[in-house]
Amino acid sequence: MFKILKYSFFDLVRSSWSYVYFFFYLLLGTTLLFLNNDLSTAVITLMNVIIMLVPLIGTIFGVMYYYNSREFTELLLAQPVKRSSIFLGQYLGVAISLSLSLVIGLGLPFVAYGLFKSPAIWDFIMLLITGLFLTLIFSALAFNIALSNENKIKGFGFAILMWLFLAVIYDGLFLLSLVYFQEYPLDKFSLVATMFNPIDLSRILILLKLDISALLSYTGAVFKEFFGTPVGAFASLGMLVVWVILPLFRISRVVKKKDF
Amino acid sequence: MVSIKDLHKKYGHQIVLNGLDLEIKEKGIIAVLGPNGSGKTTLIKSILGMVVPEKGKIELNGKSILHKWNYRQELDYLPQIANFPGNLRVQELITMIKDLRGKIARDQQLIDFFGLHPYLDKKLNKLSGGTRQKVNLLLCFMFDSPLIILDEPTSGLDPVSLLRLRELIRTEKQRGKTILITSHIMNFVEEMADRIVFLLDGKIYFDGTVSELKTSTGQFDFEHAIAHLLSEEHV
Repeated sequence: MFKILKYSFFDLVRSSWSYVYFFFYLLLGTTLLFLNNDLSTAVITLMNVIIMLVPLIGTIFGVMYYYNSREFTELLLAQPVKRSSIFLGQYLGVAISLSLSLVIGLGLPFVAYGLFKSPAIWDFIMLLITGLFLTLIFSALAFNIALSNENKIKGFGFAILMWLFLAVIYDGLFLLSLVYFQEYPLDKFSLVATMFNPIDLSRILILLKLDISALLSYTGAVFKEFFGTPVGAFASLGMLVVWVILPLFRISRVVKKKDF
Repeated sequence: MVSIKDLHKKYGHQIVLNGLDLEIKEKGIIAVLGPNGSGKTTLIKSILGMVVPEKGKIELNGKSILHKWNYRQELDYLPQIANFPGNLRVQELITMIKDLRGKIARDQQLIDFFGLHPYLDKKLNKLSGGTRQKVNLLLCFMFDSPLIILDEPTSGLDPVSLLRLRELIRTEKQRGKTILITSHIMNFVEEMADRIVFLLDGKIYFDGTVSELKTSTGQFDFEHAIAHLLSEEHV
């Protein structure tokens, strides 16, 4: 697996898309930090961008890489290598190269800004951790979709729909249900509903870290009560880990039976 | 060497292999022919373990290969389409495959043979189709495995390289290897093959030498003999 990982990583870090992605974050981080003097607004803006963009890029890159390397994958399948190591290796190659663009692209301007001396370092680290998780989760989901769809166009379509659902539609439905059932106690429901969407989960984690949960009124207090405690923090991080492991588990199961 | 018994495979409702039996004991060149959709690629991919059959047995040197992967150490495969990670260099790709195999390779000899020296430091997405096919051939032939499977080896090659390829395949045959080929170029097959396996509707329809094929169909010309096999079926 590590041999496959090594070479797909080499291939990907040299691709111009990785550089585009890297420079985008570099530019975003620099403008937000240096043209805006308030660190916490910068972090919130960054959060809003990261929470939408990281899943989108992870999804598109994952699907694209899978379909582009289909013929080469056939060559690899004919080598004495286990099937699951090929696909997990390729997946990690994609996920790690994307994560690197994110961490270095945002890290450089923050270091230049003098982050290590500021108390905001933990907010920033939280931002990076959720960014990394979202990359891992969404490229794994993308690999799953691509593995289950031989047709490229269909695969891309489903992947974009998946992103749209989790990033936009899910929140809409969530909100609608909150309005509709407002007569009932909804704190448990909103907690659970948040857990089932990695994007929402990441957003809540960052917002709570920034200590602006007061903005979220009563629900915010409930969230703070849960996610703010060590148990809650562990539960939510654990949930993100589950979001990574489940798709990976499905990848290794699907490739065992698949015909290429 | 290879023994296939009662192999069944279908994709959805479409039956591709329908109780195919094939025994390859001898060394030499065996051509797998058949019209489009007759199951050639599926047969090859089943031997390689890329396709999982519904029913049937495939044995290599007396051992079942189903759901195994280590046996691929003993075979080489040339895929039909040569498409490699675009941002790797030729030399890196060769190193990668050597790395995966962990076996001694004669890559230098084959780099000389195909004249690939000027391309070693080029990225794979900068290569022409023919050069890429040469890299493909090199990756396939650099390990000395007893069984070689070639899927359309002639595609995209210029006449000189084509001659080289024939020479290479003949040498490998003389060195006592079993070579399985699929090709649409009939004169290539006629010239090279020791045995013809003709597939139709997921079964073996004809199995014999080129001259046996000509006598059994009553045709003097190989291409006509093949066409005759097809027309017989559809009368």
